[in-house]
Amino acid sequence: MSSEIALAGARAVRDAQRLRTVHARRRVGALLTVLTWCAAVLAVIPLLAILVHLLVGGASALSFDLFTKMPSPPGVAGGGMANAIVGTMILVGIASLFGVPVGVGAGLFLAERGGTRLAEVVRFVADVLSGLPSIVLGIFAWELIVRPSGHFSALAGGVALGLLIIPLVTRATEEMVKLVPTPLVESALALGFPRWRTSLVIVLRTAMPGIVTAALVAIARAAGETAPLLFTAFGNAYWSIDPTKPIAALPLQIFAYALSPYDDWRAKAWAGALVLLLLITLMSLLARSVLRARQSLMRGMAPRAEDLDD
Amino acid sequence: MTERATASSTVSAPVPAQSTSQHPTNTARRHVAPRVVLQNLVARYGSRVAVRDVSLDCQPGIVTAIIGPSGCGKSTLLRCVNRLHESVPGASASGSVRIDGDEIYTRTVDPIRLRRRIGMVFQRPTPFPTLSVFENVAAGIRAAGDADRGETLQTRVERALGRAGLWEEVRDRLHGSALALSGGQQQRLCIARALAVEPQVLLLDEPTASLDPLGTQRIEELVYELRGTVTVIIVTHNMQQAARISDVTAFMLEGELVEHSATRALFTTPQDQRTEAYVTGRFG
Repeated sequence: MSSEIALAGARAVRDAQRLRTVHARRRVGALLTVLTWCAAVLAVIPLLAILVHLLVGGASALSFDLFTKMPSPPGVAGGGMANAIVGTMILVGIASLFGVPVGVGAGLFLAERGGTRLAEVVRFVADVLSGLPSIVLGIFAWELIVRPSGHFSALAGGVALGLLIIPLVTRATEEMVKLVPTPLVESALALGFPRWRTSLVIVLRTAMPGIVTAALVAIARAAGETAPLLFTAFGNAYWSIDPTKPIAALPLQIFAYALSPYDDWRAKAWAGALVLLLLITLMSLLARSVLRARQSLMRGMAPRAEDLDD
Repeated sequence: MTERATASSTVSAPVPAQSTSQHPTNTARRHVAPRVVLQNLVARYGSRVAVRDVSLDCQPGIVTAIIGPSGCGKSTLLRCVNRLHESVPGASASGSVRIDGDEIYTRTVDPIRLRRRIGMVFQRPTPFPTLSVFENVAAGIRAAGDADRGETLQTRVERALGRAGLWEEVRDRLHGSALALSGGQQQRLCIARALAVEPQVLLLDEPTASLDPLGTQRIEELVYELRGTVTVIIVTHNMQQAARISDVTAFMLEGELVEHSATRALFTTPQDQRTEAYVTGRFG
């Protein structure tokens, strides 16, 4: 009888110990959960702070005129930055027109001929290029286009931004193409598709949503760049859509207005920054929706079958 | 290897199955099923030999099953018949494969043109995810560049779907996504896609490995119906399947062809001890 009681006592002690360790574990878990929450909040605070700041500073200048009117001289009320908004779109357009196809082509090459010496070099150069300070790209475009032609131009700015896009799109395309299941590629080959047709019709189309997402993110990044434009696109106080002439750009306009001594211009700089932020947010949202389309595409596909019988 | 019986000569090609399929345009067949002869075929991945000196004679219009444990080289053997094997980096093949007497391992043969004569279906369904049901089947026809041979693309796609037993199920959603089909339907779509270019030879690499029993049954019936019109070589893990649908069965082990003979003979009176051990389930 007494031994039974002793046994029960021992069991109770053991249970209590277990309970303590369980409690301790829960406490550590709760603590870490709180810490990750804090980190998450800290990560979001800068963006929210920036947004609030932009709204407060720029609300007075934010109007329909901002998008439709040309800049007005200091002291003259009204006016907008239509030329800069259109200029940024033209610059980004030139950059995409030249950066995206080159990037996609290079990425396709890396994915299909990944093991070769040349591919190693291309991959390495792309990585270096993507880590390069953007002002260096501006200097390069200046040397390449501005100096020989003798004047600043939208084309030079577009090329500088395009150089920024290329490595990002290249590496993203490579990764997306590598994710296309091998059996899918072999199915096309087995149907009598030549290599080029397989790459174009099957591989690229299957990888396309991922590539589009990456391209949009890269373009959004390029849209906000200022440094490469300083001595390429240069900025323009007047309306111009001629790619061979200097062109206005939102980041440049913001830069110029923010440094000005006029309250009116400074408010416009805030508003311009807000417009830029909205533009980039819009592109990111677009990128996300394309990404969702890609996920549904990938879900429907057979998982990658590397486990060939032999 | 001396046991490799005179089997092939004892196996006669069956009478071409008269159209049992439900599709009305099923009868228009241009090609006659050819004889496929493999001789001293060796396939390598780099320095690793996956197929060792295999000789196999596949008579016109019959179904040949290749069985054997995982890694025995049966898929690689199959991939040598349409020269897909060599598309793997580092892979090479030597020896001889003749289709109705024409050697395919010569410099003058273009693998791309060759593959238009030889259809292939893989372990898992591989519909092209960005294309519709219709475009999936039309893909091979478009790639071959002979979309207009007196028949409309529509007719040819319909016939291929009919032969694959899929027409009734997809006729109302030809332009919907191929990914909306079930696994079994997707696999039959892949068969339709392969049949659309009217190949003379059909290679099936464990086509039912990822399907449920019903889907498997549909594919097996389909293979049975195709005999006589195309020469079929099917790789399978499943011995019952080989027994059900093939006329000749070949058993491979460690890259070698151990034995091949009429299916019933191979399963009931195997000539080689290793074959007997495998078909009675003592290993593999």
